[in-house]
Amino acid sequence: MKRLSVPVLLLVLFAVLMGLAWFEVIDVYLQTILLFMGINVIISSSLNLVNGNMGEFSCGHAGFIAVGAYVSSVLSVALFTKSRVFGAPLLPPEWAAFGFPVILIIGGLAAALTGLLVAIPSFRTRDDYLAIITIAANYIIITTIINIDKIGGARGFMGMRRVIFAMEDFAGIPWMILWVFIFMVLTLVIIRRYMSSTYGKGVEAIRQDEVAAEIMSVNTNRVKLITFMLSSGLAGIAGGLYAHAVGYVNPKSFDLLKSTEALVMVYLGGMGSLTGSILSAVLFTLLLELLRPLQIIKWVAIPLLLIIIMQFRPEGIMGHRELSDIFPKLKKFYKFK
Amino acid sequence: MDTLFQNLLNALQWGSFYSLIALGYTLVYGVLRLINFAHGDIVMVGAYIAFFIASALLGVYGGIPALPGWVVLALTIPITMVLTSVVGVTLERIAYRPLRRKGANRLYVVITALMAGLILENGNLLLLGASRKKFPELIDKVVYQFGPVSVTNLKIGVILTSILSFVILHMIITRTKAGMAMRAISYDKFAVPLMGIPIDQIIVFTFILGSSMAGLAGILFALSYPILDPYMGISIGWKAFIAAVVGGIGDIRGAFAGGFILGITEIMVVAFFPSSYRDLISFTILLLILTVKPTGLFGMPKTTKI
Repeated sequence: MKRLSVPVLLLVLFAVLMGLAWFEVIDVYLQTILLFMGINVIISSSLNLVNGNMGEFSCGHAGFIAVGAYVSSVLSVALFTKSRVFGAPLLPPEWAAFGFPVILIIGGLAAALTGLLVAIPSFRTRDDYLAIITIAANYIIITTIINIDKIGGARGFMGMRRVIFAMEDFAGIPWMILWVFIFMVLTLVIIRRYMSSTYGKGVEAIRQDEVAAEIMSVNTNRVKLITFMLSSGLAGIAGGLYAHAVGYVNPKSFDLLKSTEALVMVYLGGMGSLTGSILSAVLFTLLLELLRPLQIIKWVAIPLLLIIIMQFRPEGIMGHRELSDIFPKLKKFYKFK
Repeated sequence: MDTLFQNLLNALQWGSFYSLIALGYTLVYGVLRLINFAHGDIVMVGAYIAFFIASALLGVYGGIPALPGWVVLALTIPITMVLTSVVGVTLERIAYRPLRRKGANRLYVVITALMAGLILENGNLLLLGASRKKFPELIDKVVYQFGPVSVTNLKIGVILTSILSFVILHMIITRTKAGMAMRAISYDKFAVPLMGIPIDQIIVFTFILGSSMAGLAGILFALSYPILDPYMGISIGWKAFIAAVVGGIGDIRGAFAGGFILGITEIMVVAFFPSSYRDLISFTILLLILTVKPTGLFGMPKTTKI
């Protein structure tokens, strides 16, 4: 029974959220915040895989989010809606409800392939040189998107709302909350499974000492390749969800500022701590929304707050520990390793 | 051919900015192994400080006639460099040193630097408002014609200043005791305090050097492109960091060369392709350089012990 407690808890949470959204107890604004929380959890936990667990310093995560966002929104708009750019829908719009997750996964795969842009140079280059490659990759992705005029270029791309409407015509349930929740849980399960597998041990070994790991027969290139692709693929899924939750994407919204946000979430939570990155993603999203009335002061207050937090807890909130390390009784319900 | 020379001159000017900023990055990195991501914003702060000082000096007070432009410029440059280095050192004392003392992972210091940069940008926006500032014209523009190629005195000044400051920095690092201490810290951080070298003073000295270079870059940038806004430091800062790494971070020759390589690539791309391809092509070239030489142009591969 105890083994099932986490799935049951998740199911209850899911049912409550869906119910609240269905009976419109929480308005659209609150729903959007919840969506962003879920998306940010995916972003921070996927970046944590590279920056926290593997110990590399990747600061171009937003590039992969952009690839996922664009690929999935172009596909869903072309397939399920009538648009000026792509003409009549290629598939019946009712299929959107089932086609949407497939499209998200395709977006994730595209982002994972773009991850090769970083993964292959990472075989030879180390720490700060790799950081530069990720920044350059972010720039390259953004400028490539700006130069493709078909998908709007610098003007951005829209029309994803109509995909959501098409899904709601099929059945009137809060679809975005459904998909964000499912993909968030899926991401966390994948990352947890990955980190407790043999590859995960390899990732930990690379963080501690790459040369020693290689001598101890860890195939470092293979582990790096898989980890980078997994991380960027999950970021791509988060991008697809983000694009459909907002209904509009612009290359400018995936620049280095977005990457900085992702970095902040990872290091605020604590490097290599999965529960830490969940916690910090939720807290960070809440903080952004709570301080919204301050307008421009917000962007001074939040960095200041983070600097102060760093001064008092220089290892992040959790600091390379999981929740179950701090409260050992939780281990009965939720075994991490 | 003429356009090539003309573009090359423009590229040298553009590269000078990158070089000056990259020098600041690489100095701090060489000593502390810290990517000081706030550096681009320190350049912005330098430009704003220069703007206020130049405007204050140009004003007419009482019966005293206004100072001529070149005197104002000659006064603005040192004052700005001093004030900008005060900003840099303050940042080091408030944000970086406590973290270093606590022995935090160096990536947390990097995040703190990113946050400090955001505070500088948005604090500026908050204090001064969103209106852009027009930098006053301090020296009269003189255009020299060499056949079909034309050069302004400002352009020559910028290029010469950057070369001169590189030479001076190189002298400081290779010839003086402080420079020797800086090299020693980057060689072995743990043995240096045992030799009686005051490590904190040397770090403050490094920040003074780096931030005054940033201040200088800020003035020159404001003179060449006289519109100031709070976000002007972001993209030039990131790109200068990339230039420093391509040159081989931690080595000032590398930073200097890397800045010019990035500047020349960017201007040449804009000269022959649509300008929206600038970042795409120049960063692809830089990626290729890093793929061929993973430690940058001047960087030495290090042997690590296990």
